[in-house]
Amino acid sequence: MPLDTKTTGFKYIGTRPDRPDGIDKVTGKARYGADAYAPGMLHGVMVRSPHAHAKIKNIDASKALALKGVKAVVTRADFPTGLEGEDWNIQENCMAGEVALYDGHAVAAVAATSLLLAREAAKLIEVDYEVLPHVTDVDEAMKPGAPAIRAGAADYSVPEGLHPNVMRYIEYGHGDLEAGFAAADLVMENTYKTEATHQGYIEPHACLAQLGADGKGEMWVCTQGHWFVRRMSAAALGIDVANLRVTPSEIGGGFGGKTTVFIEPVALALSRKAGKPVKMVMTRSEVLRATGPTSSSSIDVKMGMKKDGTMTAAKVTMRMQGGAFPMAPIDSALDCAFSCYNIPAVHHEGYDVLANRPKQAAYRAPGSPMAAFATESLVDEMCRALKLDPLKTRLQNASREGTKASFGPTFPRIGLVETLEAAIAHPHYAAPLGPNQGRGVASGYWMNWGGETSVSAALGEDGSVTVSVGTPDIGGSRASMALMAAEALGIPYENVRVNIADTGSLGVNEPTHGSRATYASGLATIEAVKQISTKLCQRAADKWGIPVEAVIWEDGSAKPSGPNAGEFPPLTIGELAAEMGGTGGPISGHFEATPSGHGGSFGTHIVDVEVDPETGYTSVLRYTVVQDAGKAIHPAYVEGQFQGGAAQGIGWALNEEYIYGADGRLQNTVFLDYRIPVASDLPMIDTVIVEVPNPGHPYGVRGVGETGITPPLPAVANAVHAAAGVRLRSLPMSPPRILAAIKAKG
Amino acid sequence: MRYHTPATFEDASAIAAATSGVTRFLAGGTDVLVQMRADIVTPDDLIDIKHIPGVKDVVLEDDGCWRIGAAVAGAELTAHAGLCADWPGVVEGMGLVGSTQVQGRATLIGNLCNGSPAADSVPGLAAAGAEVSVVGPKGARQVKVEDIPAGPGRTTLAKGEVIAGVYLPPRGKRGGDAYLRFIPRTEMDIAVVGCAVNLRVDGDKITEARVVLGAVAPTIVVVADAAKALIGSTLDAAALDALAAAASAACRPINDKRGTIAFRTDVAGVLARRAAKIAYDRARGAK
Ligand SMILES: Cc1cc2nc3c(=O)[nH]c(=O)nc-3n(C[C@H](O)[C@H](O)[C@H](O)COP(=O)(O)OP(=O)(O)OC[C@H]3O[C@@H](n4cnc5c(N)ncnc54)[C@H](O)[C@@H]3O)c2cc1C
Repeated sequence: MPLDTKTTGFKYIGTRPDRPDGIDKVTGKARYGADAYAPGMLHGVMVRSPHAHAKIKNIDASKALALKGVKAVVTRADFPTGLEGEDWNIQENCMAGEVALYDGHAVAAVAATSLLLAREAAKLIEVDYEVLPHVTDVDEAMKPGAPAIRAGAADYSVPEGLHPNVMRYIEYGHGDLEAGFAAADLVMENTYKTEATHQGYIEPHACLAQLGADGKGEMWVCTQGHWFVRRMSAAALGIDVANLRVTPSEIGGGFGGKTTVFIEPVALALSRKAGKPVKMVMTRSEVLRATGPTSSSSIDVKMGMKKDGTMTAAKVTMRMQGGAFPMAPIDSALDCAFSCYNIPAVHHEGYDVLANRPKQAAYRAPGSPMAAFATESLVDEMCRALKLDPLKTRLQNASREGTKASFGPTFPRIGLVETLEAAIAHPHYAAPLGPNQGRGVASGYWMNWGGETSVSAALGEDGSVTVSVGTPDIGGSRASMALMAAEALGIPYENVRVNIADTGSLGVNEPTHGSRATYASGLATIEAVKQISTKLCQRAADKWGIPVEAVIWEDGSAKPSGPNAGEFPPLTIGELAAEMGGTGGPISGHFEATPSGHGGSFGTHIVDVEVDPETGYTSVLRYTVVQDAGKAIHPAYVEGQFQGGAAQGIGWALNEEYIYGADGRLQNTVFLDYRIPVASDLPMIDTVIVEVPNPGHPYGVRGVGETGITPPLPAVANAVHAAAGVRLRSLPMSPPRILAAIKAKG
Repeated sequence: MRYHTPATFEDASAIAAATSGVTRFLAGGTDVLVQMRADIVTPDDLIDIKHIPGVKDVVLEDDGCWRIGAAVAGAELTAHAGLCADWPGVVEGMGLVGSTQVQGRATLIGNLCNGSPAADSVPGLAAAGAEVSVVGPKGARQVKVEDIPAGPGRTTLAKGEVIAGVYLPPRGKRGGDAYLRFIPRTEMDIAVVGCAVNLRVDGDKITEARVVLGAVAPTIVVVADAAKALIGSTLDAAALDALAAAASAACRPINDKRGTIAFRTDVAGVLARRAAKIAYDRARGAK
């Protein structure tokens, strides 16, 4: 789609007004997933497998059903059969069929008149299991003898002779790898491992569902994408999507983890069976055990470099488990692995592996942080070996406009070089360090996404404008949409209200994922409100009796385009709106498309850490994020995304991990032991917004939500090496691991 | 579940003695209520001791002994100038518990009776030589703090026994105490290792010492050899080495999600050194 990209001379874009949802959120009025109530509502509670892998021999709910107030129990028998592909995967994940595939896998659910009663009833549901051997580690799951979790389910891509747990195999590359390595002065190869982590959103999954015997239903749900919820839930229950209307609540974080369903189809099934609305709210332990954490990974990377730092060849082999279901993000991990560099020869290989863990879901740049950990750690190791400056070496090899990307296409205008130059010039990079302190740097990439988008805008009688978008607002996107609408119409920010519409009000919208909301819904908002100004120009032209071509829209008013058009005082949006009922009726604009001009975003991070040599404790002293935003619509929310990505990445690097016992059960199912950084663990994270406009957006926007989590894993590892003299190639770099490495070094 | 608000410890004890199901006393509730919410414990009888007169008192007795009531919250201790001056190590142990919100409720005795080997206030209390007064069906008795824990989640209290208060001995001259814990974060975490040191000096020389470790065994460990390493020394390098070695040697830790045996053993020695230095400085400095 050719766009007339405007990149300068903005009136509202780039300002930092208060967010429209702010007051409701700080006063507790905002309604989140668990804040919905319906007359006669029941409470649903899930029964979950205590085993990592077990055959379900029998489920006896008679004792639960005998309790007064218990209205329904559902098992897989209450769901339709015959689903295929990802629809089956989702149904199977929401409610186990013949086999419980991981600790926490739902096997039954009960609805009762109170939550206490439902919890009591859930304990009375007797499930007879035959425990099966399990495997939770990705490398173990590929070894001969590992239990086959779903034999025969691998797709055509998997070469013969691999373990049946390998579901997909990917291989691609370009250039002459052998020649590239031969041309190098230094070739290094290492294996890196990352543990699974959880998005850690503060709001647990919650929904209120109603489904009648007539197959018509409604749902209120905490989600990043209610059309996804509608499609997945309808498929799992065998109903038409049009019969299910889904309204999104306010959302307390998602980071990718709320782009799928877990409890929603089950709440609908309970409602259908009980004939009442059913509310389900997960506990934190359920969230950690049975939603969608990341994959864990095991990665081999090999790279060749000349003495002057020129990269000559690179090869990566990525093994990822995504739980007991296919679709670990090997594709995007591989695509991002060498995306920062212009390397003549690259080769990628990926294995998508099953393990007895929950079905992975998206988490901020899925796959890219793991890939960056491997590549950017190795680049750092090679720069050390060759005594090269790590940022200048990155700059020397950086991808830029016209570079053939490691994953195939040729890069359009991108901003990696600008982030590297800004990082090199930043005072942080030259600041002095004390004893036991070290500095690390790393770059990262996320390709971003466009996706199906449908937006409407309606003019009010007083000239204010309501914009309806389909992308739930997680990081302040309503403010950004309002700024873009205000800019396009030339009206004050306060005169635009942005609503998140339900599935009945707009065409299909993909979720707020892939860093797409500000890009795609923003683009559609601009186009939709432009239709309003076009229609208003027509009304003015009619009034003045001149052709519409002689009318222009400027500063919120219709004006004659020049002296030849005639002498008419401008008609403001308010004046035109006040009489629109009599001049042709209501005015609205609508735009829908699947825009694909999303530009990728690169970032470069600098971090200083201090490592206590006696305890292995790492404190993060200083952190700077430099990232390309294309155009920062609301700079404060762009900075928030940069900081949030860095904070989550630091957690992943240092202490967050899924810990499974020998029994295959998750050991750390509460925030006490699933160690997200607390506020006092982090310094104020400094941000530098680089703006290399994206030609694919009217105002140059690039998505910024995800890239920020990709550099921290290697940046922190590189800083720990600099501070403590030890290289950690497995995450997390928790104190016991760092101390053991320090002791091993002697 | 039955909820009781007895007016005396004798009544509290009588209620607890008469029940047949699961009983919990309710002090701050920062363990009990959390455990109830998480389905870990569902008491049949919940006996709230906060209505008993005197449970909120912090009193300096005539003999120099501090008496702290069973419902005094952490925040009240950290704001108590006199107590902080006498027993900074005890208070800093309690002060590490939870967050501002938790501090408004959590108590020393709750921390002790919850039975966690990692409880942050317990090593400091034991190092100070604190005792608790126990009221039970067979009457009242004084028990040393280190004799209360019996293992993870268990105490030596008999059925029907309840603790009415904590007694810290007179501080006396030239004493100092300190508590340090290791956690992988800066707060809101559970001790992987904890170490309290309480000592007295005569000039530069240490004349009395107690060293207590937390989170390295099923209960806190009072390390007599570590105290011996300090007594008679001026906290020179050799004494610190001997202290660290004794602390590490006393560890009987487990490998778990929070730390490894090797890590806990090493870090116990590191914390012992660091806590001893703080206690030593306090003993020579303020008093
Ligand atoms: C967010 C959070 C963070 C925390 N952080 C820490 C931490 O950093 N370090 C730490 O050590 N703990 C921590 N805790 C645990 C808890 O706060 C402490 O153990 C606290 O001191 C318990 O005191 P309480 O008064 O709340 O006890 P309660 O919950 O009221 O009681 C705890 C136990 O003691 C028993 N009990 C209470 N009073 C008596 C009595 N008078 N006689 C006999 N038995 C009694 C109860 O039956 C119960 O078994 C944390 C808890 C939370 C929720």
